Amino acid sequence: MQNSFGEPQTIVLLGGTSDIGLAIVRELESAALRHVVLAVRNPEGAEAQAAAAGLRSPKVEVSVMAFDAVLSDTHSAFVDSVVAAVGDLDVVVMAFGVLGEQSAFDADPASAARAVTVNYTGAVSAGLAVAARLRKQGHGRLVVLSSVAGERVRSSNFVYGSSKAGLDGFAQGLGDSLEGTGAKVLVVRPGFVHSAMTAGMSAAPFSTTPDKVAEATVKALKSGARTVWTPGILRVVFSVLRHLPGALFRRLPLG
Amino acid sequence: MPQVHLSRLAGWGRTAASGARLLPVNDGNVAEAVRGAPQRGALARGLGRSYGDAAQNGGGLVLRLAGDAGAALLDIAKREVTVGAGVSIDDLLRVLVPQGFFVPVTPGTRFVTIGGAVASDIHGKNHHLEGSFGNHVRRISMLLADGSVAELSPTLRADLFWATIGGMGLTGVILDVTINVIPIETSKCIVDTTRAHDLDHVMTLMEEGDDRYRYAVAWIDLMATGRHLGRSILSRGEHATREQLGADNDGPPLEYSPSVLVSVPPIVPISALNRVSVKAFNAAWFRKAPLYRVGELQTIPQYFHPLDMVGGWNQAYGPRGFVQYQVLVPVGEENALRRVVERLATSGAASFVTVLKRFGAANPSPLSFPAPGWTLTLDVPAGTSGLAAMLHELDEVVLDAGGRHYMAKDSHTTADAIRRGYPRLAEWQAIRNSVDPEGVWQSDLGRRLGLIAAAH
Repeated sequence: MQNSFGEPQTIVLLGGTSDIGLAIVRELESAALRHVVLAVRNPEGAEAQAAAAGLRSPKVEVSVMAFDAVLSDTHSAFVDSVVAAVGDLDVVVMAFGVLGEQSAFDADPASAARAVTVNYTGAVSAGLAVAARLRKQGHGRLVVLSSVAGERVRSSNFVYGSSKAGLDGFAQGLGDSLEGTGAKVLVVRPGFVHSAMTAGMSAAPFSTTPDKVAEATVKALKSGARTVWTPGILRVVFSVLRHLPGALFRRLPLG
Repeated sequence: MPQVHLSRLAGWGRTAASGARLLPVNDGNVAEAVRGAPQRGALARGLGRSYGDAAQNGGGLVLRLAGDAGAALLDIAKREVTVGAGVSIDDLLRVLVPQGFFVPVTPGTRFVTIGGAVASDIHGKNHHLEGSFGNHVRRISMLLADGSVAELSPTLRADLFWATIGGMGLTGVILDVTINVIPIETSKCIVDTTRAHDLDHVMTLMEEGDDRYRYAVAWIDLMATGRHLGRSILSRGEHATREQLGADNDGPPLEYSPSVLVSVPPIVPISALNRVSVKAFNAAWFRKAPLYRVGELQTIPQYFHPLDMVGGWNQAYGPRGFVQYQVLVPVGEENALRRVVERLATSGAASFVTVLKRFGAANPSPLSFPAPGWTLTLDVPAGTSGLAAMLHELDEVVLDAGGRHYMAKDSHTTADAIRRGYPRLAEWQAIRNSVDPEGVWQSDLGRRLGLIAAAH
């Protein structure tokens, strides 16, 4: 149960090595925090172990648990095992996803389908499994890391963008379906974030960092918002881009 | 999955709500309702005046027990009343006062139920002499987890009786209660008011003079700093006698007609109570108080329940709600109290109502809050920047001094803090487990503060 300041006792990070996800966990740290679960494909991996070590403290127990976004059949059982380990889920952050490269997707359509399976299909089964639990306990927050890339899909990364468009719509609908249950969904729409996922890429305008995304996310969680754009200016930018005629949109130098 | 209609329930501070199945019940069908409780258990809820999550049970069953004050049995010879747990002090006073009796303990609001008063072991302005609500309970009838009804008293199953006093509703559903009543000659109070120029001054006045008054409490201007730190208005009183009423009061001496004068609209988009408005109010209130005044006649609502005159005043804090922080600092640890007041005053936290009260002796309940010492209570908007970290920091000062948190008010602290503040927690847990081995009684507060083994 989170306290009156929105400080959670338990946090589950699906995609336990995500830079943004870990930044959100750090931003949510407080005297109230007791358990963090990092859900990763390879719990023994050095990256996951390092992330866990970075969060562990005398008062905070950190567990690394095996979770694979593409294995949708396992997601409900996974949520049950987390609950058995830590009790009620106060905040669940869904941060897994693959960016990929459009040219590689063009060359290997099957790889594009695999990416979409992680970003969208896996998020659907994991999101529904988490929501069922939140509904049952009558409280809790699901944070879904969407992207502005889904707001108006661009040709330069339309496989990724379309998967995020689907995810965003799913997450909004899921939030609406939880109305009145005590549980809530927060949809986070970051712009270009400097992180491991985007290493080596040239930054888009209004780029941001994992820490700034985390700060905006936690602020939104505490205010009870349903969506947050980060940086906030992107809300305005994309409300324009969304309505641009295609002929004009295609000519924009959007990378 | 079957869709059960859920209600979003919050405490008076309107923070951290959860969804639960809210079911109105009466003495006749409550046992059956509990048998149908889901895995997340059941909990009785009164009028929802505890500030945090004490009367919430996310994903479970929440029972609202009907109460009829008209059915209260007043035994004048024994000076006791037997009343349904769902009856409010408001309704009970409307029955008692015209007959010349008063409740033995009332909190700062009359909108609490008798069941809630027992479960939170509430205290009032007379604690320094007369103890808390539990000190005045003679008998409790309670529905147990196994469906049976137990009769409890200080001599009958005394361990369960005292575990239920202050037990936060986690030992059973309290059905009816027999409490002492005190005789009064009039429905007025006679009040002495003194201004104190700083914290040491008010504490000295209270130590020296409180015991001459049945009721005593100080209001602190928490926005004052420097040499004004802790400046206060000390108000102490007693029920007025007919003689004290004097000739100019021609109405019936026991007339009692409390009313809500104004209401705060249900939707306030942002907190109307901020640092500027609260500071101005506090300063004006302090200057308005007389330096010293004796023998002022006040009505029961004016003296005991002033905030009840503003209906829904909790709405004035806006959508983020507010936090009430109430802690105990034991006798001999006045320096810790001073540090807490100083830290709060210099932080500029906008506390609209800050109250200091001297407690008397504790009762035998393992989870009762009051103990000899000082209790400080303040209200702060939950959205105040830096507030969470500051309260966690103050928690350490209070706990290091051997103090504790009042669970009926708490909405922010940790299981660790409760374990330190209530050294008899394990004793209480053993009693609870003996009558509720399956964990039927559950609450958000119980889970958050580690009082109970949570049912998932």
